[in-house]
Amino acid sequence: MIGLYVPGTSVVHRARAGVKLALLALFLGVLGFWRSPAVVAGGLAVLAAVTALARVGPRRALAQVRPALVVVLVVFAAQVWLADLEKAAVVAGSLLLAVAAAGVVTLTTRTEDLLDAVVRVLRPLRRVGVDPDRVGLVLALTIRTVPVLVSLGEEVRDARRARGAERSVRAFAVPLVIRAVRHADRLGEALAARGVDD
Amino acid sequence: MIRLEGVSHRYGERWVLRDVDLELAERRVGVVGANGSGKSTLARLLNGLVVPTSGRVLVGGLDTAKDGPAIRRRVGFVFTDPDAQIVMPTVAEDVAFSLRRSGLSKAEVRARTLAALDRFGLAGHADHPAHLLSGGQKQLLAFTAVLVTDPEVLVCDEPTTLLDARNAARVTALLAELPQQVVLVTHHLEQLDGFDRVVVVDEGRVVADGAPAEALAAYRALLL
Repeated sequence: MIGLYVPGTSVVHRARAGVKLALLALFLGVLGFWRSPAVVAGGLAVLAAVTALARVGPRRALAQVRPALVVVLVVFAAQVWLADLEKAAVVAGSLLLAVAAAGVVTLTTRTEDLLDAVVRVLRPLRRVGVDPDRVGLVLALTIRTVPVLVSLGEEVRDARRARGAERSVRAFAVPLVIRAVRHADRLGEALAARGVDD
Repeated sequence: MIRLEGVSHRYGERWVLRDVDLELAERRVGVVGANGSGKSTLARLLNGLVVPTSGRVLVGGLDTAKDGPAIRRRVGFVFTDPDAQIVMPTVAEDVAFSLRRSGLSKAEVRARTLAALDRFGLAGHADHPAHLLSGGQKQLLAFTAVLVTDPEVLVCDEPTTLLDARNAARVTALLAELPQQVVLVTHHLEQLDGFDRVVVVDEGRVVADGAPAEALAAYRALLL
């Protein structure tokens, strides 16, 4: 779900980021408070309709859900063990719908518009010392840093393999942490060079 | 005009620059030196990323120790690793980030961003995730994000070290066309063809300074 905005002109694309975030919050709230097969089925119908309206393609929409599958399967198994099959299906279904709905928002909204909406919502908190622009920047940096860390992880994994230390946790963790800290250091310098904090 | 007056700098107990006096007025200035010679610190002094331990650095009469924000608006900086310089998730957003305090409307920022991306051959990537660009495209994005603010001076710290020969040539061509004063720190000596002046740094001191042919000859002799 990182930077996967798909340009488009659909009604979902054109809707304001704040409206989409509010509807997403409402959708998640309904799924969270009224846990029943009927709500999950209704949620699926709504989401399918919105996804079709967004015209982002089923493959892209499903790709949003894939990274969450392992976690959802674990939750499903735990719920079957702790409760029953119906409850497990409702919880797992709700989780998948939540991730998919967030994915549709990500696919149809530029990150800058999402961040603008977050900054607008946080603006009243300026009175109690919250800097909304700073929060927006932190969110943007978080989104931007995920693929960088993934890439660093892949580099370290390859280096570990090349040196025959595939199974060493230390040979993975130590260089990864060092590289991540070095990246953070360079990022801080780049932000300073681009006038953040000026 | 950039002026360094009696500049020395240390990190902890280690001195990385000693007694540097320079006046940089030429349109194209190259800085060369071995790894650890102090040339990257010298570059960072020029837009106030590093404030000297002693001495002062003046850019257009402004002191980097006192007027950092004003100097950073005048002096753009491009780093070696574009991954560390790109701070926003998508290409256009990263360029627009540079214009966040320009006072322009959102539509104007978008228009200026797209025009800058077009100028540097990235127009087709505006809404793409920045991490999916090639190394060369990322460095072009880093240049675009800096140049969109139209700085008076561009300082580049080994901008082609991580690039292949083709992308390095693109960056070299880009630098040649810029109207700005350019200070280029590099190990790729061929990039300094057509430069007005080359400064050679060794063990924290300026050991040669002048026309590229003579300065580079002195640098090559130093490496033997």
